[in-house]
Amino acid sequence: MGMTMAEKIIAGAAGKESCKAGDIETVTLDRLMSNDGTTHLTIDMYNNLKNPHIADVDKLVWIVDHNIPADSPKTAASQKKMRDFAREHGIRFYEGEGVCHQIMMENHVRPGELIFGADSHTCAYGALGAFGTGVGCTDYLYAMVTGTSWLLVPETIRFNLNGKLNEGVYARDLILTIIGRISANGANYKAMEFAGPGLATLTMADRISICNLCVEAGAKTALMEVDDIALEYLKAHGREPKAIFKSDEDANFAQVIDVDLSEIKPIVAKPHFVDNIVDAKECQDVKIDEAFLGSCNNGRLEDLRVGARIIKGKKVAEGVRFLVVPASRAVYKEALKEGILDTFMEAGAMVMNPNCSVCWGACQGVIGQGEVLISTGTRNFKGRAGHKDSFVYLASAATVTASAIKGTIATADMV
Amino acid sequence: MGKIFKFYKDVDTDQIIASQYLLYPTIEEMKGHTFESLNADFAGEVKEGDFVVADENFGCGSSREQAPSVLKALGVKAVIAKSFARIFYRNSINIGLPVIVCKTLPDEVEEGDDMELNLKEGVITCNGKEYECTKLPDKMQEILDMGGLIASLNK
Repeated sequence: MGMTMAEKIIAGAAGKESCKAGDIETVTLDRLMSNDGTTHLTIDMYNNLKNPHIADVDKLVWIVDHNIPADSPKTAASQKKMRDFAREHGIRFYEGEGVCHQIMMENHVRPGELIFGADSHTCAYGALGAFGTGVGCTDYLYAMVTGTSWLLVPETIRFNLNGKLNEGVYARDLILTIIGRISANGANYKAMEFAGPGLATLTMADRISICNLCVEAGAKTALMEVDDIALEYLKAHGREPKAIFKSDEDANFAQVIDVDLSEIKPIVAKPHFVDNIVDAKECQDVKIDEAFLGSCNNGRLEDLRVGARIIKGKKVAEGVRFLVVPASRAVYKEALKEGILDTFMEAGAMVMNPNCSVCWGACQGVIGQGEVLISTGTRNFKGRAGHKDSFVYLASAATVTASAIKGTIATADMV
Repeated sequence: MGKIFKFYKDVDTDQIIASQYLLYPTIEEMKGHTFESLNADFAGEVKEGDFVVADENFGCGSSREQAPSVLKALGVKAVIAKSFARIFYRNSINIGLPVIVCKTLPDEVEEGDDMELNLKEGVITCNGKEYECTKLPDKMQEILDMGGLIASLNK
């Protein structure tokens, strides 16, 4: 019996020839990412260990991105703890440089790696053929101290992509459609693998957006076949693959789902569940108070370009706040150079520093009671963006920008 | 014997403990805000030995370990749900909070019902009816028995 990509990566990390879904393997991790959401607690636990030590400090990457700049003395204290510890132990440390997953994609992730991230959207790394999975701080600490962990080898749902997305339809619409189809726990414990001829029509920005959101279907990881587009991205960022894996022809998939990209339409996920999807046009009577373009899902240069094209020469609707947040410093600088940030500023948007921003729901752009947000963020659960009685709609960069202009939920062809 | 606090399906970890409290220095300072958006009285009313019962996919969303940690800190003895999201499930075992899959119980009990859990035997008793708990994989039972993953590092 052949193996899936997930099985091959885990077998390699376990030092074995093979493994299969359902096995529990002890694995050596290639990289360990942690951010300011939980690292202060990791440090407290570390300091309480009998014999605290770090197995391989070169594998650690710590990123302050969730609540930066700090919003309160408590946040400042937790971030200081993280900063001081990183400095003391020589841990690779980023602060204010961007959202952790974008930083990881730009600087660290390599095909074939097995990566733990103390953040659920670590599955984004599959866009480069790496097995990224989210963990809590106890799992993180154990891996930091021992260099290893245990993993239940996941079953794989394989998505065969065919055709091409139509003009005005984006990767975000595709992954929301898939989550709606399989439901919010449709891939619980499983790997979501993407392959097929349609993959070649998707840019790296599209691919990261797709893999990133797979945890919203419960997935343990997302994986994409590594092709020339992925290798070019890697080369442009000065890195080489660790290993390139592909699922075997006779690999055992839990399910195979064919997706025709040309059938995807602009989609909105309505409150309060990511799988509560409808055709975006069905929401055109919904009045919005705020729009957010950014996050690890849609804050890349390609997403900002889409928004800028739509809003150029137009204005943000009266009474609407439009927050535009590049996903990293690199994205910010490039957008500045291309005049994209100018376009947004002239239209009346607020351009913020690279960070998790509205998607984190506790720092910038928090919404109040009864308010409505349309967002390229990752989640729309009750209270995710602020007050418990507020409403979050999720959509593509194009739909979010068009809605900011119109003041009601709108697709790009409506403005 | 403990009381049941009941929740619905797809309760995500943001709703267990919201982002705005996660960077507080300690779990002790966060725990008063547990389930704030769903049941503002929860943190004040829950007592040592009480239970959280939920429908499918409990603990989906963010990987924040603060979610099981605040439940444990408030004295919640176990969470019983039809199913759990994987990161929450793993985090709970790692910190020594029992998480129990039971497909039938959540539909047959009400908020405020008294319930008893015999963790060793894997049996729940509620309203005169016995429910068998789904067993943990050996690896996870071993971690739970040790008192969590950190305890294994301190051996």
